[in-house]
Amino acid sequence: MNGNLTLIIVAGALIAAGVYLLTERAMTRILLGVLLSSNGVAVLFLVASGKAGRAPILGAGGIAGTGMSDPLPQAMVLTAIVITLGMVAFLLTMAYRSFQLNGHDEVQDDVEDARIRRLAEEDEASDSYDESDHEIADEEGKIIEPEGADE
Amino acid sequence: MSNILALPVLLPLFGAALTLVLGRLPRAQRAASISVLGVAVVIAASLVYLTSTRGPIVLWVGDWPRPLGIALVADRLSALMLLVSAVMTLSVLVFSVSSDRTELQSRTPVSIFHPTFLVLSAGVTNAFLAGDLFNLFVGFEMLLFASYVLITLGGTGERVRAGTTYLVVNLLSSTLFLIALAVIYAATGTVNLAHLSIRLGELPGELQAVLQFLLLIVFSIKAAVFPLSAWLPDSYPTAPAPVTAVFAGLLTKVGVYAIIRTQTLLFPDRHLSDLLMIAALLTMIIGILGAVAQTEIKRMLSFTLVSHIGYMIFGIALASQAGLAGAIFYTVHHITIQTTLFLVAGLIEERGGSTSLNDLGGLAGVAPVLGVLFFVPAMNLAGIPPLSGFIGKVGLLRGGIENGGWLAYLLVAGGVLTSLLTLYAMAKIWNRAFWRSVPASVRRRDPVPSSSELDSSDGSVLIATATSSRTNVITAGVLVALGLGLTVVAGPLYQYADRAAADLLDTAHYIRAVLPQGVR
Repeated sequence: MNGNLTLIIVAGALIAAGVYLLTERAMTRILLGVLLSSNGVAVLFLVASGKAGRAPILGAGGIAGTGMSDPLPQAMVLTAIVITLGMVAFLLTMAYRSFQLNGHDEVQDDVEDARIRRLAEEDEASDSYDESDHEIADEEGKIIEPEGADE
Repeated sequence: MSNILALPVLLPLFGAALTLVLGRLPRAQRAASISVLGVAVVIAASLVYLTSTRGPIVLWVGDWPRPLGIALVADRLSALMLLVSAVMTLSVLVFSVSSDRTELQSRTPVSIFHPTFLVLSAGVTNAFLAGDLFNLFVGFEMLLFASYVLITLGGTGERVRAGTTYLVVNLLSSTLFLIALAVIYAATGTVNLAHLSIRLGELPGELQAVLQFLLLIVFSIKAAVFPLSAWLPDSYPTAPAPVTAVFAGLLTKVGVYAIIRTQTLLFPDRHLSDLLMIAALLTMIIGILGAVAQTEIKRMLSFTLVSHIGYMIFGIALASQAGLAGAIFYTVHHITIQTTLFLVAGLIEERGGSTSLNDLGGLAGVAPVLGVLFFVPAMNLAGIPPLSGFIGKVGLLRGGIENGGWLAYLLVAGGVLTSLLTLYAMAKIWNRAFWRSVPASVRRRDPVPSSSELDSSDGSVLIATATSSRTNVITAGVLVALGLGLTVVAGPLYQYADRAAADLLDTAHYIRAVLPQGVR
């Protein structure tokens, strides 16, 4: 089959821009990234369905090769669009909830992960090292709580 | 007869609708969801019997002209996975029903839990039964959507944070999956697995390798194979215990199942075997090193989960009958054990007030039953001889030695090392949480606990809810017994896995079952 080069470039640009936005921290930008990349993928499916300008489903008489465009990718893309719609709704809710809780919609780092990293930097992750004694003795008040310590 | 295949997908979906309607009647809701999943177990068991006696069962949904419609296919592998996943979802649901009370206290909308959980199980089932790639995608999306809701249940700050990471990563993999689908459809003009198996083989080798690589990346993200596993330990530990348990047990295994299915059926030429082996080695070693570094039980378990995915990938990479049989057996074992361990971690949290090893201690004195419940699956995970983990590992190592390449030998060594380090990680939890005296910091940090929380006789923070969690303990006990039961039935189960592996390698068998009249 012959692909449509313009459509492929458009799809590539949309997906690239979408993926770039996905790497951001603000959830609204992630949302935009999702929208862009899913549209890019939708265009990619159009490429897969063959040449542009053909008739849609012709009914029982239509045979492949007689100028009917392939309906299957369009069915698939419809499914994908519906799924993206749900996705966007969920992401919006999450962004709103995050805004309610923190006053912004940035995605935070994992607290526990940061704690382990600090231990590794201090070279204190070996088993002989009893963290609990140490923390109480030397860093009174500076213990990073595993829960509820996001700032 | 083949209509039975639609039931495992449809029943949970109808059940989800029903439980949504019954949202205000928690008792009826529980009864409905438990009975639906109970029936699912029976159907899955009968499917295992049917597929092992009569070969693969195929249902062409809607009876469209053959290569066009959606096919549901159950062969030995998918029937086995169905049965294990049905049993696990049922027991986790029973567990969560008895812990509803604690969830209610933290104002979680329990009425949402049951419908979502049933949709999750429908998605898992659909993924296992999918006979075409697009239906596999839909199955994945169903289970992912349910999992997004479950992982952010209650919408606390920590869960929303963890949920976002999880969501974005899975979004990326879904997008990649769609791209792969578009490219595959453009190249072959079909998404039916059996049909693809014929047509993909006619494509040029490089294109095949690209497509294989794309699909591999997609499923590796879901299965948490090493370079693509960073999201997992970040998002699993914050969810409620039953949710984490079912995620850990099932969701990653759906990815593993998809890798097994696509690798064996679509790309029998195994271009990427070496790559898979290296990924398996790194997954095992780096995962377990992560577990050793942690001090929080749920996070340790998440890392061991990543690490043990490596064993299954190892078996898949070998692509021999012995390797695949080992991988299948290990998957079954791991679903059971990992689910159990996460549920027990939930019990530990309930009993000790925390899952951080710094805050736990002396549990062996107060909760000896909990000790047994933790010890048995932990040793099973590490692979202590009579238990099923040992049998699975031996099977995989034997497959590796049979392969004979230097990479395979390296992986065998890596597998043994990982096993030892798992034992070390489990021993660390065992020693610190159960046998150490209660750390001073616990009393310091929480000087005036509320009266219900203080077991003043030994001064530790222990929530006195032993009676309310009795059913939980029983459920966990049943799961532990199931894990032990795997050892008892290991012989027949391994034979079954072996035959399933033989079926997988014989792609013509699958194609003949799905497309009996032959399509080009």
